[in-house]
Amino acid sequence: MSPYVRRHLSLRDPTSRMLFASLAVLLAAGPWLPSWALSLSTIALGKGLVVLGLLLLMRTGLVSFGQGLYYCIGAYAAGVLAHQVKVTDGLVMLGAAALASGLIAFVLGALLAGYRAIFFAMLSLAFSMILYGLLVKSSALGSTDGFNVDARTLAGLPYSGGASYALFAVATMAAFISGWGLHGYNHSLAGRIAPAIRDNELRVEYLGSSVRAVVHLNYVLAAVMSGIGGAIVALAVGHVDPEFAFWTTSGEFVFVAILAGTGSVAAPFLGSILFEAIRSFATQYSPNTWQMVLGVAMLAVIMFLPSGLWSLFQRRSERG
Amino acid sequence: MSSVAPVLIDGVIYSSWLFIIAVGLTLIYGVMRILNLAHGSLYALGAYAAASLVGLWFARGYAPLGSYAALAVSGVLVGITVGPLIERGLLRWLYGKDEIVLVLVTYALFLILEDLIKLVWGVESYVISEPYGLLGSFTLAGVTYPVYNGVLVMVAVLVAVLLTWVLARTRSGKLLVAVIHDRETAAALGINVSRVYLVTFTAGTTLAAIGGALTAPTVSVLPGMGVEVIVLAFAVVVIGGLGSLPGAALGALIVGLVRSASVHWAPQFELFAIYGVMALVLLVRPKGLFAGIEARKI
Repeated sequence: MSPYVRRHLSLRDPTSRMLFASLAVLLAAGPWLPSWALSLSTIALGKGLVVLGLLLLMRTGLVSFGQGLYYCIGAYAAGVLAHQVKVTDGLVMLGAAALASGLIAFVLGALLAGYRAIFFAMLSLAFSMILYGLLVKSSALGSTDGFNVDARTLAGLPYSGGASYALFAVATMAAFISGWGLHGYNHSLAGRIAPAIRDNELRVEYLGSSVRAVVHLNYVLAAVMSGIGGAIVALAVGHVDPEFAFWTTSGEFVFVAILAGTGSVAAPFLGSILFEAIRSFATQYSPNTWQMVLGVAMLAVIMFLPSGLWSLFQRRSERG
Repeated sequence: MSSVAPVLIDGVIYSSWLFIIAVGLTLIYGVMRILNLAHGSLYALGAYAAASLVGLWFARGYAPLGSYAALAVSGVLVGITVGPLIERGLLRWLYGKDEIVLVLVTYALFLILEDLIKLVWGVESYVISEPYGLLGSFTLAGVTYPVYNGVLVMVAVLVAVLLTWVLARTRSGKLLVAVIHDRETAAALGINVSRVYLVTFTAGTTLAAIGGALTAPTVSVLPGMGVEVIVLAFAVVVIGGLGSLPGAALGALIVGLVRSASVHWAPQFELFAIYGVMALVLLVRPKGLFAGIEARKI
């Protein structure tokens, strides 16, 4: 690890300080939160992980409309482990989700790394819809109803399922490790090539770096994060179904990514918590208009705050 | 394995339906470089408007055959009112932006329209099945089909012929083709690109609404009917090549036949087959089957 990366991972870096502080606050506040808040936060953190992966891809100049594919793979990996293989430890499920997503992303990424812009978006959407189509027609996996997921233990400790401090803590740790790791990665060589690819791919090739390799790597990393996020949500909700892979789910992740902006690794989690909170309250009070509210909010962000909500926290000189 | 004829006929009927919806999408992308995710919502709007108008028509006790005119009129009305509204009211301010940003804008529009439909028409389903059975049925290759499906095929062929004629023989059509090829040069030559955008978007949304209106008698009109349609329309447009009219026709035919074949012979692969073909075409010919050679601008 280069000293440059180590510096950005240490407490001398303001983002790392913020991440450590958030981890401490969340872990300390957890036991005092009511169970609805624990459930909401766990799901928000899981989905925030998926959006973190999207952030990495957007930094590379690619918008994926198919992150639902790995979100679903992660969720179903956890579910299948619980159901068919009778594994009961939640952490093992998270590991399996990461492995499954990573392997499939390695294969698909080799194909997708050659596509850009709208074609990347559409091909990723096509792959996620293929999984949706396969799951809907597979009665062994519960078809459109899906099936329940329960874990009996979490890293050896007993776990009663659903919203509990144990899963919240695991989700917070996963989010922290991914965010902190990504922050360091962004300052490494491969991480700094990503925005260069976004700006001018040709020049990156002239300078001697492999654009395809970096895009492939970022794609796999984003997929692994999405898979882990999917497994966390599967455990928190206790149920998986093919909707995890439908294009509107991927669209939601893109929405949160745009809402939050790409300014910091903490932005996806902030955006995700905001989104989940607004959605819970909106569906409760006006179930037939919350999509419209989302749409208007998205338009407002695109037109007036193109760098997302996080740009409100950045100094004027830093805004991209 | 049952005979091939029902598969072919079902495939052609489904392709016609797909073509009417997808051709608007491909036109809009070809001219404006906007992948319109709200296309499905406009299809739904057309269906709901048709449901209301035809329901009103039969409630007033007018001649049943006139309900077909009501279907056509409802589709056209939705298209020519909502299309310019969206284009002038929203899209006009966002043309300079990146393609992906425009996709997100149309996604936001899709969310807004879905809820707007629920606000205006409520969440119960509407059923207007009278026009479907009115014309009777006919038998082809041993299977009975409603004449309505034959009407659908004829409408699709009419739309294809009309659009081809407009694009190739009329002055406005040739201007449109010029804008598809190179917007900047067309503007430099004095073509009113802004007006071309308005006309194209209106035409595209009208076609989507007509598709919805024609579908309304065959299904129960529900909220969310646009969501599945949009991915199918995408598959068609991507297979054929974005912006290409013959591409949309070929894409519709391919998707229609593939779906029909899988429904008849391997039902468990139905959804997988359509998206699998889409992914396959994207892998082999990323710009679609009929996409022309594009010069790269550095």
